[in-house]
Amino acid sequence: MTTTHRSISLVDGPLIDVTINRIVAALLVVAALLSVVAALQIWPFKPTTSIALAALLVFSAATLWVSKNSAWHPTRFHHKGAAILTGLGLVGMLVSIAGAGIAWPMLMFWLGIGATTAGTTWMIAARYTDGAHGLDNHGTMTNPVTNRGASGWMLGIVMTGFYVLIYWYPAALEGLTKTTDPLSWLMRGKAADHWFMYSLVYSLAVVVMGVRALYKYRHVRYQTIRTWSVMLVQLLLAFILPSILVLFQQPEFYFSYFWPLKWTYLWPGDYGIGWILADGGRTGVFMIFWGAMMSFVATPILTYFYGKRWYCSWVCGCGAMAETLGDPYRHLAPRSTDSWRLERWMIHGVLVIIILATALLWINSATEGALFGGFSGAVAKTYGFIFGSIWAGVIGVGFYPFLGTRIWCRFGCPMAAILGLQQRFFSRFRITTNGAQCISCGNCSAYCEMGIDVRWYAQRGQNIVRASCVGCGICSTVCPRGVLKLENGPTEGRLNGPVLIDRDEVDLIDLPEYR
Amino acid sequence: MHIVIIGNGIAGVSTARFLRKGSDARITIISAESPYHVARTALMYAYMGDLRPSDLKPYEDDFWPKNRLDLIQDTVTHVDIEAGAINLLAGGRMHYDILVLATGSRPNRFGWKGEYAHGVQGLYSMQDLTSMEVATEGIQSAAVIGGGLIGIEMAEMLRVRRIDVHLLVREQAYMDYLFSADESELIHQEIRRHGVQLHLGTELDAIETDSEDRAVAVHTTSGERLATRFVGLAVGVHPNVDLARQSGIETGKGILITNTFETSAPGVYAVGDCAEFREPLAHGRRIEQLWYSGRRQGRTLGRLLAGGTDAYSAPLFFNSAKFFDLEYHTYGDVPPHETDEVVCRQWKAGRHLIRTAAERSTGRILGVNGLGVRLRQEVAASMIRRGQDAAITPARLKTLLFEPEFFQADTTQIAEALSS
Repeated sequence: MTTTHRSISLVDGPLIDVTINRIVAALLVVAALLSVVAALQIWPFKPTTSIALAALLVFSAATLWVSKNSAWHPTRFHHKGAAILTGLGLVGMLVSIAGAGIAWPMLMFWLGIGATTAGTTWMIAARYTDGAHGLDNHGTMTNPVTNRGASGWMLGIVMTGFYVLIYWYPAALEGLTKTTDPLSWLMRGKAADHWFMYSLVYSLAVVVMGVRALYKYRHVRYQTIRTWSVMLVQLLLAFILPSILVLFQQPEFYFSYFWPLKWTYLWPGDYGIGWILADGGRTGVFMIFWGAMMSFVATPILTYFYGKRWYCSWVCGCGAMAETLGDPYRHLAPRSTDSWRLERWMIHGVLVIIILATALLWINSATEGALFGGFSGAVAKTYGFIFGSIWAGVIGVGFYPFLGTRIWCRFGCPMAAILGLQQRFFSRFRITTNGAQCISCGNCSAYCEMGIDVRWYAQRGQNIVRASCVGCGICSTVCPRGVLKLENGPTEGRLNGPVLIDRDEVDLIDLPEYR
Repeated sequence: MHIVIIGNGIAGVSTARFLRKGSDARITIISAESPYHVARTALMYAYMGDLRPSDLKPYEDDFWPKNRLDLIQDTVTHVDIEAGAINLLAGGRMHYDILVLATGSRPNRFGWKGEYAHGVQGLYSMQDLTSMEVATEGIQSAAVIGGGLIGIEMAEMLRVRRIDVHLLVREQAYMDYLFSADESELIHQEIRRHGVQLHLGTELDAIETDSEDRAVAVHTTSGERLATRFVGLAVGVHPNVDLARQSGIETGKGILITNTFETSAPGVYAVGDCAEFREPLAHGRRIEQLWYSGRRQGRTLGRLLAGGTDAYSAPLFFNSAKFFDLEYHTYGDVPPHETDEVVCRQWKAGRHLIRTAAERSTGRILGVNGLGVRLRQEVAASMIRRGQDAAITPARLKTLLFEPEFFQADTTQIAEALSS
């Protein structure tokens, strides 16, 4: 009677091995490629640079490999060693900024960004390897770093400060930028500017903290696949590919961002299209075509079938950051009804503004400035300053330790507004509640990065269909009673029913779909 | 019309909510435990740092004034049935037209030596959570008495704080009156994997205390002495009937009620953990002490008080739990092992298990258990209520599973195991 079959392996130990094997293999492949490139001297950079880079990758691979060995139990040595290495890296970055980065860029790259990357990866491996095979949010609400304690405030101030410098005082970070020079030469064939440095740091944050997410949520396959997606999109489409485009003197185009989030991709003249066409020629035409297709054709189709999550928590770089670096801060999202009200006004307001601004620019361009003159240029600049810099950057990421991870996505992103409207009114996506099993514990609401009071719906047995839901699936992952499930299904009856708990469980049998 | 509800647990609050849906009466909820309704189910998450205390409130604070539900934090000392009034500890007297007792239950103590010492407690209320915080501060080892759902929760809480835990279980296997040997074994593995010392077939004999009446060790029935600074009592609960009894309301083990929640006193109702049905419900239960049944009873009473007529009936049984990382869903009636009338089928792989029970003579499904697998209630319930055949097709299995997307399962194999 008792039969043992192949495991469904979604909670079992072996899955972590598979995951780590893949990461290690990927790292080693890239390292090998770099070594080949170095040996053949086929790109315009010094062989030593790529050898060094390959060494970093091999080091990371080795760290992971060691950590995945189930016989390996992280000791005090590992916890301390990782902390010291990370600390060293942070000091290295400060020293770089102070000037050492300009004098010895290569050395300081390793002592700064390199050591920080290695140290944090090690730290993560030591923290999560030895854990159990289930969810571990223990201490999130009591740890000062993750719950607005003194260290949390310090971290927030440093992150916000970094954004302020990057946007308005990049010269202050010259030393750090210079340490990425060798890599910039390697990838782009030209010296690093502060945006390259920023891009690198951003991508490393996504990758390293992505590894953390892979560890932490390793028992849920939806989470591991989704995390892989955001890591790879960020690394390949938003970092490596744009760099290679620059190397081949093409426009630095990001294939993973579309209008209206990346508003300039559909703005006329020097704001966007004109610049891409001028620099890109035929490639530029393809880029414009790609962007327009994604905005107007792919977006509605994908959102209809899968909800806004296909973009917000699987592709988008802002989402990538929120889901990885931001994961320890997701519970800080404001979650009152008032914040929901504010959110709806603001995000739709921004959508109206960006549509008006786009229309304005096109009218201005079509009439060759006869109608609005210099006014449209001022509008374009103002939008970029307020929404591109202050909101998406300084507040959007810098404020993680204060207000959680999706401030920009909830209150500012016009792309999220469009996707959200469609998700609410015309999509197959919903979060289903499992009958009357909810125990009102509140884990779902507490860990919703969009500040949705998921419990409100779950404890009534009601489907969750909300414009803001990015479908990260964490509510389902943290639910201790298996109550929530992300599903795509028929649009009929998706919104209001069935409210199982507030009726009677007896009514359950009358659901036609389960006959 | 003034309706006073004593107790703001899930039964009392559900009563108030469903009463408000159909009535404009003045409603007052009195609780000694907390100013607002809290999810007692989540106490453990606050202790483990997964949740903030404020996360335990299922409703925002303005929910109560919006729905005109008056909240009072106080203890009711006496019910004057003749006068239709209650006395409050803080002084004062409150008139009621209808009184609802939703006073819940209390952790059991069986007369052990030292059972009221410092560091010995159950886990039921916010106050218990606070005292557990204090009692476990900086300690190295603890004992938890009781092989039920709360016992395992307390063990998990203590392990998260890296406290050594001895778990004393009376039965030879964990909940062997409910689980098959395979199921118990999965849970044993889970308990041990988290570093808990599991003592099966072992009961508490006495608690040793020091000169300051603090627990320092427990003595087991097998003669062992285990040094512990904290003793968690999780050997069940009993209805909290003190107020009802001293006010002259008829009680048995619980406050005796009809299937419309009426007590022996006119205008006084009792609901939830504290109540005992005079006539046993279907399945033979007289006292229902599940959180889910508290919610259902409250909902039924709320509707009755708002003018409804539907008496209480127990639902098709369902329950859920989480044993450390192992989730558990159950629907219908699944006996621990096969009987003359019941045949069981099981699929097991690693830490995942599904077991169905069927009527031997007809093959109709009676119930299903899932361990490490999420099962969809609508599907399980409809299969059982419609008396469908227990053999499960792969297509039916896909609707039955509630696992997150991308889960890997060979549904053909599972269906085969559950059909042969």
